Amino acid sequence: MRKVALFGNPNTGKSSIFNRLTGLNQKVGNFPGVTVDKQTGVVQLADEKIELIDFPGTYSVYPRSMDEKVVYDVINNPNHRDFPTQSIVVVDATNLERNLLLFTQLYDLGLSCILALNMTDVAHRKGIVVDEAALQNHFPLATIIRCNARIGAGMAELRAALSDIPREKQSGTPLLAHDDAQGQIKDTTERYQRIKQICSVVVTLPEKVPTFSTRIDKWLTHPIFGYAFFFFLLLLIFQSVFTLAAYPMDWIDSGFSSLSEWTSASLPDGLFTRLLSEGIIPGIGGVLVFIPQIALLFFLLGILEETGYMARVVFIMDKLMRPFGLNGKSVVPLISSAACAIPGIMSTRTIASQKERLTTILVAPLMSCSARIPVYTLLISLVIPNRSVLGVFNLQGLVLFGLYMLGLASALAVAWVIKKLLKSTELSVFLLELPEYKSPRWGNVFLEVYKKAKVFAFDAGKIIVAISILLWALASFGPGSSLEDAEKQIRTEMKSIPERELSEHIASAKLEASYMGYLGKAIEPVIQPLGYDWKIGISLLTSFAAREVFVGSLSTIYSVHQDGDITTPLIEKMRSETTANGKPVYTLASGLSLLVFYVFAMQCMATLAVVKRETKSWKWPMIQLGYMGAMAYLGALLTFNIFS
Amino acid sequence: MKKLSQLEIGRQSMITHVEDSELKPKLLEMGFVVGQHVAVLFKAPMGDPIAVEVGAYVLSMRREEANLIQISE
Repeated sequence: MRKVALFGNPNTGKSSIFNRLTGLNQKVGNFPGVTVDKQTGVVQLADEKIELIDFPGTYSVYPRSMDEKVVYDVINNPNHRDFPTQSIVVVDATNLERNLLLFTQLYDLGLSCILALNMTDVAHRKGIVVDEAALQNHFPLATIIRCNARIGAGMAELRAALSDIPREKQSGTPLLAHDDAQGQIKDTTERYQRIKQICSVVVTLPEKVPTFSTRIDKWLTHPIFGYAFFFFLLLLIFQSVFTLAAYPMDWIDSGFSSLSEWTSASLPDGLFTRLLSEGIIPGIGGVLVFIPQIALLFFLLGILEETGYMARVVFIMDKLMRPFGLNGKSVVPLISSAACAIPGIMSTRTIASQKERLTTILVAPLMSCSARIPVYTLLISLVIPNRSVLGVFNLQGLVLFGLYMLGLASALAVAWVIKKLLKSTELSVFLLELPEYKSPRWGNVFLEVYKKAKVFAFDAGKIIVAISILLWALASFGPGSSLEDAEKQIRTEMKSIPERELSEHIASAKLEASYMGYLGKAIEPVIQPLGYDWKIGISLLTSFAAREVFVGSLSTIYSVHQDGDITTPLIEKMRSETTANGKPVYTLASGLSLLVFYVFAMQCMATLAVVKRETKSWKWPMIQLGYMGAMAYLGALLTFNIFS
Repeated sequence: MKKLSQLEIGRQSMITHVEDSELKPKLLEMGFVVGQHVAVLFKAPMGDPIAVEVGAYVLSMRREEANLIQISE
């Protein structure tokens, strides 16, 4: 398929044009050697199909960030596999001057260019007149198309222009070296002189240019009202991801457990049926269960981006986040991570600086997410007395609040450490366009939601399903006939108890005899200094699938029947649990130690899979697993020793 | 020598010089060229970053970045 490139400045409606031309025929791939995603789509023309590549929005062909480098790398190398036969350069009609910089760079290079003069409606409203014929005189080899991607105007003309047989690449002026700063300074200065001359002929500005949406901004960036409004929005986002998403998540959860039960009941008993009903189906369910949160978050964030408000968030939060090496844009991912780190990490895409983006990704899972809540509440009601402090506060509530604060404080502290440790080769620059407020284009919002959900389900999903199957296998098989022996032993030992209770004892004995049980016992010497025994060890290992699995695993090990979310029988059982020398297992010291462990530990394979997807290597998820594990171990060790 | 970071809110001015620094190529590309009209529209709480009108659009920039741009009195 012939390749066509889509270039343009940010905020010019480039992605709207991409969405208009390709619709749902989009896919996300990789550019070799860089972490930026390659968005491609197929455009159906009258008698051929072409591949449209949506390049990252840039102000110049010379890269100022890692993401922008891909533009330079492709167009500077005619043998590159993504080198385009034609290029659409989206140009904002309301700001021709700045937009022509990129256009002239590409045009002068000799590329076959279509100039898509977009946002003509806004220009018209503002009284800005662009003389197309005069513009054509200056760029005789380009095809100029007027369009308004917001309503789809000009798309047929764009398609027609794409159908024209592209002329061969002309020999143009080659690009300067990407690090030739002096050369680029000279080139850009000269270009702007030329562009100013072109614009003086081509563009007619109204007598009085209507002023920018300053009045709204006086309020939205106000020291009190601005923060209050942002705080309100954050609360709304958090609430939706946390509460609203819970309903579809429950449906997915119960749907998949029914499917799993039905499969095991209707297929002949055997290894394959068990793999399907206990490994694969719950694994896929464990992937899909995240989709509601991802969809909701990206729906809301899409609106914030589309309206232009997100740029204001960065504007008012920059000064507060800067000391921690984070960006104003890190705020939303971090707050979202308090509901779930997965959509939070996926939403760091908009952070332009690689270093700030990576820092946000690395610390996001330290924010206490909703999967920690079952673990927190179980352990708090187990070891923290339910009494009031100073007459107003409840001690259990205070501890819960403290755990959330510990997560937040450690996220900021680690970000600060990363800022000191990580050397960046990138230019540290803030410069961010503040676009005018506009109503969201819903098509763009929904396409973004669709793409994010798809990327998660297919890219991260593969890893999650694979690890779930591995964890299932470890907990369902044992060396030799250990599982069968364990079941036989229980059946002979406990002859006269009811069948349901018996099956719970069997499940417990089987887990103990499985590879997972052996692993739990093997790590006992390591976790003993933290105040844990091998039973807790097994639960720690199994909860790598997801933190809340900790509660279920403990129920299995202590052969407690789990009835929905009611944990009272489990808590009673845990209270009576003693060590070999008769001391209780769950004391204030060991309970707090476990709580601290769960604040820090990277006990979530889905998050690791997403970090791998977003950073395009196993290096960062492994570093994250390591540093969070070390913090969890040392934090728990310290806590246990302080309180025992 | 007046700098863009010192410009009062709402007043128009013109760029006279962009200081040499690592950021210079980027600043030029964003339209901070000599002779360009600039104005500070509003500021973030704590006075940093600032919103600057450059030619036909608005850009937010940190004070340290605005310090590199000299403007006419």
